[in-house]
Order: sequence, then structure tokens, then C-alpha cells
Amino acid sequence: MNCAAIKQKLAAIGAGAVSETDYARKGFALDVQVAPEQLVAAVSALDAEGFFIEAVTGVDWLGEQAALRKAAEAKVAAEAKAKAEAAAAAGEEAPPAEPAAEQGELPEDALEAVYDFNHYESLCRVTVRTRVPRSKPEVPTISQIYPGADWHERETHDFFGIIFVGHPYLVPLLLPEDADYHPLLKDFRP
Amino acid sequence: MSAFAESEAKETFVLNLGPQHPATHGVLRVKLTMDGEYIAEAEPVLGYIHRMHEKMGENRTWAQFLPNTGRMDYLHALAYNHGYVSVVERAAGIEVPERAEYLRVITAELNRVSSHLLWFGAFILDLGGFSPLLYAFDDREHILDLLESVTGSRLTYCYFRFGGVYNDIDDNFVPGTRAFIKRLRERMPMYHNLVTKNIILMKRLQEVGPISAEMCRKYGATGPVCRGSGINFDVRKHEPYSIYPEFDFDVPVYDQCDSMARYMVRMDEIEQSLRIIEQALDKLPEGPVMAEKVPKILKPAKGDYYHAVETARGSFGLRVVSDGTNTPYRLKLRSPTFSNLSLFGEACQGMLLPDALALMGSLDLVIPEIDR
Repeated sequence: MNCAAIKQKLAAIGAGAVSETDYARKGFALDVQVAPEQLVAAVSALDAEGFFIEAVTGVDWLGEQAALRKAAEAKVAAEAKAKAEAAAAAGEEAPPAEPAAEQGELPEDALEAVYDFNHYESLCRVTVRTRVPRSKPEVPTISQIYPGADWHERETHDFFGIIFVGHPYLVPLLLPEDADYHPLLKDFRP
Repeated sequence: MSAFAESEAKETFVLNLGPQHPATHGVLRVKLTMDGEYIAEAEPVLGYIHRMHEKMGENRTWAQFLPNTGRMDYLHALAYNHGYVSVVERAAGIEVPERAEYLRVITAELNRVSSHLLWFGAFILDLGGFSPLLYAFDDREHILDLLESVTGSRLTYCYFRFGGVYNDIDDNFVPGTRAFIKRLRERMPMYHNLVTKNIILMKRLQEVGPISAEMCRKYGATGPVCRGSGINFDVRKHEPYSIYPEFDFDVPVYDQCDSMARYMVRMDEIEQSLRIIEQALDKLPEGPVMAEKVPKILKPAKGDYYHAVETARGSFGLRVVSDGTNTPYRLKLRSPTFSNLSLFGEACQGMLLPDALALMGSLDLVIPEIDR
């Protein structure tokens, strides 16, 4: 088993983006983006190749869309400014400022579920990610494939509120049994 | 009475093991559904000392999180130090002087030996033998003295810094460590004669608590638990970090899959750690122990970084997400015993309760690391 074989298999499933990362710089070999509905197929492929599960966790990308828009706006403004300066240098009259593009509503920020896999024999650390909207964070469970994912998914549900659809026992693991908050969400206030 | 339940559970009752039971090493509760003396179902209940280290990580600067790492696995704190500084050094691109890496490996391996010694004593205590604990603590005390002279603390170490270690060793450290290695080598045969060859211990451990290699894979078990099931997996060899490739050492692997195999793996690892320390002392180079020009305020480049180290209990992995500011955006701590304990529910089904306690002891649980 080597990294190239599993990379091909994952690409065959239709995973959005399978990219090889710089192992020395990043510490993992493959970075795989999948849609939630492709997750089970991707994890089954890893299971068939003999990978073991390291961890499941999440990342809250609150504010990412706003930051992206801000960066895009700054880029447009910088280009317009450069154009105006070039025109001034050439002794021409500055072109009229273009009206700002119509801004629609911001797309919703995402919650990301991150799955880490590793192999006992060959060095190939695989990271699988899937993104779901913050208002409806539903990801299929993989605990039927890897029973070890059971606790990791419960932990991720505790911390991020990601709902693992089909999980047999999705009750708080590390938080108190009546906990109704998710402390690792960026908008969590104790 | 057979070692496994012979029929389906007919009439059961619920038994709470812990959270204040001495065999659960800390505050772990196991909700057992019992069929007489046999376990029909076991559900570990976690979270009694959950402190949310991951959230703390998001609320302080990279350097301010350093002391937290020693407070998860208090028995092998230096490996946790090592994992955290390594992942941040990887993210920020910091080079570490060679002498500092040697000191990191020497102290981390000494710490591993102390962890295994404490496990040895406590494990035999779980099985009802009191005196080995006193012998093990006697030896462990020497390690604590050595480490105290270097790190300044005896248990929750915070010795490593980004770019090196904070303190060089004193003149007594090298001869003291060599004397300790000699002493422990002389004591190991006594441990084996006193404990390993003891017929009661053998009967309690051999062919008890089977964990198959496939079960290890499905639950992500690492460390001595998977090496007791015939899987040759040690992060120090598999994914070499620091200066481990420079040393000649073996990875003990036993394929009996029982509690005895896990016991033997750890006992053999003590000798392998001593070998590493000895070689490191021989080769210890002169030079600085801190890199120059480590920025006071770290701002690692945006992105994800992963680093794993081998602790006394298995593979400890850190996933760091940096957004380019002076605090981590996300800090995931993957602790080995969390995964190792998750297989307990399946592994102990149908076992006698005392055998299940032997199995639990052979997993080497450290609860603050599971709960984080």
C-alpha cells in the first residue's frame, strides 16, 4: 500500500479535491476535500486499504466569508487606485470611479469536520475534510465502519454541535450530560 | 468457573465501577451491566476532570499554552511538551540546535522510564501485589531527582521552549544519569524474578483480555496496546522526529494479544529507553541550547499543521490551525489513551470482572489525558 494508490482510489470516488501536501512542512501527506454525501464512500476506501483512525474533530470557520469578501473588496480598491495613479502619471484625467459591485447577502459560514487517518505499515497520513453550513451541521456517521469513531464523533458533537446522522448514541461524552452548549464554536460565550 | 460467560445474559444488574475506585486510576467511571460475575456490557463514562484544554489554547498566545501540555498526561509530560513545541516549530519554521534536541530526547526518555515504572507498580497493585509498587517508586525517585535538577519540577514539567530548552544541564546530570542506568539495569532482573515469573501474575494475565490486531486498527489503538497485539508501530521509528533516527534501538512487539503481552512490551521498553539515553549521553554535543532569533511574538503562517510523538501510552498527535495571528485558531489534541480506552467496552464483554480490571490496568490509563 502506498499513498499514490489510496490517492487514486479517493479520486475515483469523486472527492472534490485530493491534494498531496508537503509532508515535511505540514506533517500529513494527503488532504482530501469531500462533500458530506461522499464521506462514507471515502472512509470505506480507507478502511479497505487498512488505515486506522486517529481522530475526528471540527473547525468553526465563523467570519470566513466576511473576511473573504473584505479581501476581495480591498483587491478591487487597490486595482482602481493603481489605475487612477497610472492615469495621473500619464497626465490624463482620472477615469470615473467604477460603482461598487452589487453585494448580495454573505454566503453562510461553514463548520468543517476533520478526520485523521494513518497507516500502521506505511507512512501516509490522510486528512479528510467535509464542510457543512453552520445552521444545519449534519454529517453522516462513520461509526459503523470504524467503531473507534463513536467516541470521537461524540466529542466533536460536544464541542461543535455537529450532528452525526445515524450515530447510535450521540449523547455528551466529555461535557456534563445535560450540556446544551458547544464551547469550541467561535461565538460561544460562557 | 470458566473465564468467559457461556450463555446469553438472562438476569442482569447494573454496577458502578468508580468514579472513586482505586483501580480506575483517577476519576473514571465504568457503568457495568453484570450477569452474575460476568460483564454483559461496559460503558466507560468520561469527563469528570474535563478542563477544555483545546479552548484554553484558543484564548492564549502560542507560548502561553506551553504549561498546559504538562498537565494532560502528568506521567509523561515531557513527551507532550515535545509534541507541542515540535508542531509550533514546524508551523513557524524554527530550527533547533543539536544539543537542545539531545537534551529533549534524554529527558523525554527518562520521563518515559519513570512513567513505565509507575505503571508497573500501580498495575501490580491493581492485581493485589503491594510491594512491587514500593520498589518501583524507589527507582522512580532517582529519575525525579535527575529531572528536577534540569527542569526545576518533579511532575508537571514545562522544560521545552520553541527553539530549544530553557536550561542547560549541570555537571552532575551526566554522571548521575549513568549511575541510574547502571542501577536500573541491575534491578530489572529482580523485577522479572519477583514479578514477571510469578505464577499468580502469569495466571492473571496470560490469555486474559484478548485485543486483536484488527480491533486495534478499528479503534485506532497505538503504543504498547497495539504492540502487544503484534503490530509494529512506534512513531519514533514509523515517522521519525527529532533526532531519533540517530539511535539504535528496537521496538518490542509481542503477538499474544493478551494482557501479559502488553506487560512485556512495557518492561522491554524500559531497557530500550535506557539504550537511547546511553547513546545520547555518549554523543551529546556542545553548543547552545536555544536557537537564536526566535521571535518573541510568534505568528506562524496560515494553514494546518500536524505532528505526532510517541508517548509512553501511544501516539499523541496535535493538529494546529493557524490564522496567522499570535494565538492558535484551533488546537486539536489527539490523546492516545482516549482511543485505547474506547475499545474497552468491546474487549471486556463476557469477561469476569477481576479479569476486566487486569485488562484495564494493562491499558495504562491516565485519566487527565483522556478527559483533557
